[in-house]
Amino acid sequence: MSDLTSESTPVTGTDRVKRGLADMLKGGVIMDVVDAEQARIAEESGAVAVMALERVPADIRADGGVARMSDPQMIEAIMDAVSVPVMAKARIGHFVEAQVLQALGVDYVDESEVLTPADEAHHIDKHAFTVPFVNGATNLGEALRRISEGAAMIRSKGEAGTGDVIEAVRHMRAIAGGIRHLATLAPEERYAAAKEHRAPIDLVEEVAELGRLPVVLFTAGGIATPADAAFMMQLGADGVFVGSGIFKSGDPARRARAIVAATTSYDDPDVIAKVSRDLGEAMVGRNVDGLEQGERLAGRGW
Amino acid sequence: MTTPRTRVPGEALLDDRGPHAAQRPTEGPRIGVLALQGDVLEHLRLLAEAGAAGRTVRSVADLEALDGLVLPGGESTTIGKLLDLQGLTAPLRDRIADGLPVLGTCAGAILLAREALTHDGRPSPQPLLGGMDTVVRRNAFGRQVASFETDLAVEGVDGTMHAVFIRAPWIEEVGPGVEVLARVDTPLGARVVVARQGPLLASAFHPELAGEAGLHRLFAATVRERSRL
Repeated sequence: MSDLTSESTPVTGTDRVKRGLADMLKGGVIMDVVDAEQARIAEESGAVAVMALERVPADIRADGGVARMSDPQMIEAIMDAVSVPVMAKARIGHFVEAQVLQALGVDYVDESEVLTPADEAHHIDKHAFTVPFVNGATNLGEALRRISEGAAMIRSKGEAGTGDVIEAVRHMRAIAGGIRHLATLAPEERYAAAKEHRAPIDLVEEVAELGRLPVVLFTAGGIATPADAAFMMQLGADGVFVGSGIFKSGDPARRARAIVAATTSYDDPDVIAKVSRDLGEAMVGRNVDGLEQGERLAGRGW
Repeated sequence: MTTPRTRVPGEALLDDRGPHAAQRPTEGPRIGVLALQGDVLEHLRLLAEAGAAGRTVRSVADLEALDGLVLPGGESTTIGKLLDLQGLTAPLRDRIADGLPVLGTCAGAILLAREALTHDGRPSPQPLLGGMDTVVRRNAFGRQVASFETDLAVEGVDGTMHAVFIRAPWIEEVGPGVEVLARVDTPLGARVVVARQGPLLASAFHPELAGEAGLHRLFAATVRERSRL
């Protein structure tokens, strides 16, 4: 049977393999979890992946102080508890936290503005890693700069830990609108657009041709209800991150299942109506307008 | 905005723009892609290349008038739960028992198996469709950092295929009615990664991520043959 076996040396950590895992997550919901029990509830509710972190963004907001990578023991406990991919957060620029997460074997690293940034000028050189990275972005230029650094997946940032969807909408509209605008430009106009977006011309060309990012685009930051999730999908998201919205609500398992169902059937208002019934209390939330400048997380990273 | 906006996740953000836009030809066998979660778009593109009329399947009504079905890559636990939620599990099992041709890649190969094992060989408690006399070990090659791409020969497909394995399973056991179409070398020896049983075809890797249409052509040929019966 030797004629049926592999004919070349297998290669790990390629762009295709890194971006490919994000492709498998499309149409799904990734949930923040702080322990193995929450991770099991998330998986049982249909999460496509979980984000392991010590405190959900709403608590990071409430507690203040420096937010860092989670304890490896806690991340490993979650990796042992579920079969879906496990993501974990490193601080912006903190490539050693990312090295640690890769050594632990997490499936995706989120270089996240939810944690306190570790470098005010440089993001992590993500090409140097085998583990793939997801990064947040508030607009198209920011998304393209992260992709040029090696990000294999982008999420609109939103304003984490608020339960207020307005910033996620703003960022998704900025990214999707930026893409639609690029796609209408004459080829010679793309150079000035690259300068305006502060992004490499080759990525600008690629986006203009594809009419989309070259990587999967999720949404995050403030999604709290099934209708929020479906709203973001109709605005152009390929999938949804829900942070505090599930485990800060009255009935997490029920809300988690409802958000998963609404993400799959995002274009079917009858389904969204059905799953939205009697969900118990949503997270209380904080109006983004009421946040002081220093409390805003989306401004971290550039 | 009273009409909901519909878009296959991953599709271009403009109508009819870019090579990623899903193409839905009306000619050829009608092959659905289960579109609950996962890399649906990539399969629609390869079906078009294989001369089939692809369409998305999310409800029981979508199952009618199908000549074949693709179960895409994604998370097998999530897709299994969504199948239950949509009331698709029993109708799909019936169609498979009636001889509906199905191609499953990665998560799809797991859903087609008789039994799923965890990466370390324990029974994996998750809903499956079944249909193939196979036992599949999930994440058999390791976690994402071990995901890889390689070239391999697949029986029934000309030349070699570029195969992308993402947290991939392998097929641990095959029953007597199952044909092995490809194996891959591992430190533990060669492991089965493509298998066929009648009209059911399972691949542990993702031909759709490399734009490799070979398996889809093979599958479309099976579908054409069956729909002529």
